[in-house]
This record gives sequence, structure tokens and C-alpha cells, in this order.
Amino acid sequence: MNRLLVFISLVFTLALTGCAKPIPRDYTGFKQSKPRSILVLPPVSQSLDVNASHSMLSQMTLPLAEAGYYVLPVAVVEETFKQHGMTTPQDIRAVSVAKLHQIFGADTVLYVDVTDYGTKYIVVSSETRVTATARLVDLRTGKQLWSGGATASSNEQDSNNSSLLGMLVSAAINQVANNLMDKGHDIAGMTSARMLTAGVPGGILYGPYSPSYGKDKI
Amino acid sequence: MTKLTKSIILGVVITLAGCATAPKKIYHWDNYQTTVYHYYQSGKTSPDEQIAALNASLEKSRASAKKVPPGVHAHLGLLYANTGRTDLAFQEFNHEKALFPESAPFMDLLLSKNKGETK
Repeated sequence: MNRLLVFISLVFTLALTGCAKPIPRDYTGFKQSKPRSILVLPPVSQSLDVNASHSMLSQMTLPLAEAGYYVLPVAVVEETFKQHGMTTPQDIRAVSVAKLHQIFGADTVLYVDVTDYGTKYIVVSSETRVTATARLVDLRTGKQLWSGGATASSNEQDSNNSSLLGMLVSAAINQVANNLMDKGHDIAGMTSARMLTAGVPGGILYGPYSPSYGKDKI
Repeated sequence: MTKLTKSIILGVVITLAGCATAPKKIYHWDNYQTTVYHYYQSGKTSPDEQIAALNASLEKSRASAKKVPPGVHAHLGLLYANTGRTDLAFQEFNHEKALFPESAPFMDLLLSKNKGETK
């Protein structure tokens, strides 16, 4: 019982410290750059899941556009690279900033790395986790304006169900559901939103299409 | 099992209710991101089904007060180009350009291409 108490308080402490630590950032370059548009390149993925890059790619337009930016059509962009003989995210990553600016005429480019994508099966639970990092670089100057990262996990939603029987049942259901419903893609959406939302500590600034443009409190 | 389903639904409802105060969205997203994802998953849906999905979504945006998200018209143009309908493709690229001037350099590049070369 004591052990449980210690464990619970430990979890709470961890959860609370997680909330209380906004990383101070320098937004001077970002503010000076005033970007209007973002070119999102296909993420370079370290996951064995072949879906990871495209799954993440197709989830990133929403948060960036809702933050107020014009996001170039991600699939059309990738087709254009293919025409030029660049077929993998690694090939595309290697294209110079000057060349990207010349072809797409965007103000900035977003480089994304997916470091973790997929479902792991552990005794009483299965967890789907997606972790990513991103860098926003000005295509006109080559300077990095912002960087960030986020992770999201299916266990965040499941943790309410705490009885042992409940855990066992939901673990069994999850293993099926994670595959049937492409949970990785849903979790990638959470990771993307968490990483690319404006108006939060450490997040990107609002862009010109947002009603909050220029009113960032950071 | 039904109890569990009920408690899961209840849990979801409570979780979602907590999010109800989220800020209003600028755009009418509907199925755009899902359609883009399907574009990459061979055999999930056909190009014609994806075209129909985007057109239905555009119809809904017109009915709602919200704007069409960046990229929808351009992506629809890509689907038209891939299925040999260049005229419709160019119409969509022009539409994207009209809605979002930021897209002009890229859309002009696509519009300058010869027939069928978008693929």
C-alpha cells in the first residue's frame, strides 16, 4: 500500500513537472522573418513501419494552416520531387535551400524527423506511440527560425481504465483495434498537433491567416 | 462487454467534453488530410473515389461559413492530372492560386507543364 502511494505521488510529481517547464526560446529571428508560407517535406523516418513518413506527412497541414500559414500541398510537392528523380525523404532532405526556394517559392521549409512510430505489445497493454521533431528554416536566408518536438501515445487515453481486469480486456481489444483502425495514423495526428500548434509555450508563432497574428504572447 | 463499451463511450464523451472550448477553426477540414493519406495507400480508395470525396468536401465548405483549407484545390488538381483530365487539373491549380496568392510560384510551375507531366 505504501509502495502504491509512493508510486502515485511519483507519477503526479512527474506529471506536474512536465507541465511546469516552458523552455525559454528566442523568437527574434522568427518575428523578423514574417513567413507566410511553409513547404512541408516528407519526414525522414527511423521507424520500420513503411507508413510512418506518409502518415505523419498527411497530418501536418491542419495544425500549420490553423496556425495561420499557407501550407503547400504536400502530395503535389512530393510528386514534383519524384519528377526530378528524388523519390525518398532522404533524397529530398538533401536539396539545397536555394533550390527549394527557386522551385516552390515558399518562405520557409519544415524538416521533420519521425523517431518513433508504431505499436508495441507489453504484457498487460499495447501502446501506440509516435514521436517527431521538426525544424523550420527560412528559405530566403537559410536561417533556422524554430525547432520543436512532441510525442503522443495511445496510453494517454487508456489510463482511465485502471482495474486489472479492465486492463487485460482493453489490452486485448487494443491489439486488434490498433491494427484495424490504423491507430498509428491517429496518434500521428496528435503528435503533429502537439508539435505544430501556435500560441503555446515553445510552439510556432501565429501566421498571417490567423486572427491571432502578431498577438503572440511569447 | 456491453458494460465495457458503455464505459468506453462515456470516457470518450467526458474526454471530448473537456475539449469543447477549443478555439474555432479557420478552415473546413472535413476529409482533406484523410484523402491525402489514402493517396499514399495503394488500393485503399481509387483516384476517382478520392476526387469524389474532395468535391463533396468542397461542396460542404460552400454550405458552411468556413473557408477551403490550403492545398485542397491543388491536391484535387493532382488527382485530375493523374487520371488524364488536364483541363480540370489546370482549373484547380488556378483556383488554389486565386484563394492563396502564396501558392502562385508553385502553381505557375505546374501550369507551365505540358499535358500529363504532373505525374
